Amino acid sequence: MVNTSQENYLEYRGRFKGLMGWLTSTDHKRIGLMYMYAIMFFFIIAALLGLLMRIEKIAPGQTIMDAQTYNGVFTIHGIIMIFIIVIPGLAAVFGNFFLPIMIGAKDVAFPKLNLLSWYIYIAGAIMGILSQFIGGGAPDTGWTFYVPYSAESGTNVMFALLAAFVLGFSSILTGLNFIVTIHRLRAPGMTWFKMPLFPWSLYATAWIQVLATPIIGITLLMVIAERTLNIGFFDPALGGDPLLFQHLFWIYSHPAVYVMILPAMGVVTEIFPTFSQKPVFGYGAIAISSLAIALVGYFVWGHHMFTTGISYWSRWFFSFLTFIVAVPSAIKVFNWISTMYGGSIDLKPPLLYAISFIFLFMIGGFTGLTLGALATNVQTHDTTFVVAHFHYIIFGGMGFAFFAGIHYWFPKIYGRMYSNRLAYIAWGILFVGFNLLYFPLFVIGIQGMPRRYFDYLPQFQTGHVISSIGAFILVAGLVVMFYNLIYYRRKGEIASANPWKGVTLEWQIPSPPPLENFEEIPVIKDKPYTFDNKEEKASTGN
Amino acid sequence: MNTSTAHTDHYDPESSKIGMWLFLFTEMFLFGGLFLVYAVFRNKYSADFHHGAHELNAFIGTFNTVVLLISSMTVAMSITAIQKKNRKLAVNMIIITIVLALVFMLNKYFEWSYKFEYKLYPGSPVMMNLPQGEILFYGLYFMMTGLHALHVLIGIVLLVVNIFKIRSGKVHHERFSLLENSGLYWHLVDLIWIFLFPLLYLVT
Repeated sequence: MVNTSQENYLEYRGRFKGLMGWLTSTDHKRIGLMYMYAIMFFFIIAALLGLLMRIEKIAPGQTIMDAQTYNGVFTIHGIIMIFIIVIPGLAAVFGNFFLPIMIGAKDVAFPKLNLLSWYIYIAGAIMGILSQFIGGGAPDTGWTFYVPYSAESGTNVMFALLAAFVLGFSSILTGLNFIVTIHRLRAPGMTWFKMPLFPWSLYATAWIQVLATPIIGITLLMVIAERTLNIGFFDPALGGDPLLFQHLFWIYSHPAVYVMILPAMGVVTEIFPTFSQKPVFGYGAIAISSLAIALVGYFVWGHHMFTTGISYWSRWFFSFLTFIVAVPSAIKVFNWISTMYGGSIDLKPPLLYAISFIFLFMIGGFTGLTLGALATNVQTHDTTFVVAHFHYIIFGGMGFAFFAGIHYWFPKIYGRMYSNRLAYIAWGILFVGFNLLYFPLFVIGIQGMPRRYFDYLPQFQTGHVISSIGAFILVAGLVVMFYNLIYYRRKGEIASANPWKGVTLEWQIPSPPPLENFEEIPVIKDKPYTFDNKEEKASTGN
Repeated sequence: MNTSTAHTDHYDPESSKIGMWLFLFTEMFLFGGLFLVYAVFRNKYSADFHHGAHELNAFIGTFNTVVLLISSMTVAMSITAIQKKNRKLAVNMIIITIVLALVFMLNKYFEWSYKFEYKLYPGSPVMMNLPQGEILFYGLYFMMTGLHALHVLIGIVLLVVNIFKIRSGKVHHERFSLLENSGLYWHLVDLIWIFLFPLLYLVT
């Protein structure tokens, strides 16, 4: 199957050369990489903001910034991390790059629209960054934009709201594109249940993007109308209701959590079978559980509002559903572990990251149940316990899955191999740094340390100091990992077409993939993850 | 892009239609947020809403509803015309649709400026002195009809694009998914008005 009659997508010269060739390319692979570079750039900014916060908290009282600056820093950190990095995140990067390849298509359904969503994304991201610098100062509402404060704050909230609105538009268009791609462009013979599981998770994600994002769009518009026109929907003085904002906000923003984590689950689902050389355990259960998470995830938003005085029965209902939504996640965890059981496990860097994903995701998940239970929620609401919980889910889950994915697909994307030794070292530093950074926040959170405070009582200092040390270690790990990936992108050993002996379609084409992915559109006969004749497949793969 | 085939000429009307329907879902959810807010406040201040709706001119509302319904018909007729290779009729039907859309907007303009004459707009001193439920009612009225009017304008732009595409021969009887999808969008604009009209004008 492998021949090099076609140029690969990295070398291809279209109408334009160099940078313009990328900026005008509708090739899904290039767009995926453009998302990745943009995301990496913004990630470095937001991570540095996070580091600044940790330095501020290394001792009680003011250390390096005043309270107002701190408010701005955590708000921008949140806006960048949530709206610019993790919501597009894996779906926009690996989804764009690998979804068409894994279903045997030449591109997504609407390539031009795909490029347009990248530009909208960049426009929104730039607006988000600008909101920090222009007008009345950095927004200080937190990324949640809660009214009434967001309607009153003299800072540059408007710009940040508009940025989130624009980014939502980009997210919708990507989701729409993926749904149509999966419906229309699967290779002949690839029925729904012969589709690999990463596309399945993208499919569930895309539906959430399409059906939930408009709600945040209209909500942000309402806050804008509140600020500019004094329209009163959320202003009690005019008869409005601030809690209504929280409902509307979380109707989107809770499903958005699953926009972040579902593709992450999809990525590790690809990694476990490959490095165990064993079919994935419980294919159907994993596929359906993605849809179940997407569906139930719509109806749990109230668990962000247990302390706001919503009625007993609605609290009961939301808490119950929150426990239900944990079930499909647990099903996935059991299936991943069962996939490894009895397999011939090859502990390469991608698998190492994927296993640490399970570990960190489970800590995040269980503490999520602590927060989802009514009694313990009252104790831990708005403490650093919450901060630690969602960092374990978002960074430990989505972040580590991203690292797993980039180490898994790196040879396919660039046709080169990174240094395994550096990858192991970076993993070790990251894993230690991550746990040192976030675990103490659980402890001091239970003891009563509130979130979003720039100052604290001396009794919390031990926890904060450990956490800040962890932040430095984590950043060191990121530096090693980025160096490894960026340097070996061009300088690494030439990678073969199938270095991990994977069986999904992306491993059956050359590395890096040719411009149009496939010489001939493949015809699918087997279920995915069939390792029966792996000797033969491995030899054709080289 | 001379060597590329997948990236240039790939015409799949079925895909475009699915994509359009998904986009229409997002539009419905966008307005859905406002309908939700409406439902909450209508429940809380039903008497004020009753009074507010009484102040709106149900005649202009009904007239505009009829105008939009007819425009939905004419846009559908233009799609049938193009399928029957009658390009001239298709263009004329689109022009009629646009004229009807402009009539709608003109009415809207008179309706709004009538309110503004009485200093009735969000944030005005007159409005701030109304009962709370009426403040919210008019707030919803301006926001919902304003957002809807914005969609009418986008629809007009789309239809104008279609006229040029038909004239230049890019949209024809074998390749009319742009017109068909613009028609779908226009029906959505109509449909949302069908819900706005009773909620704002007829709940007296």
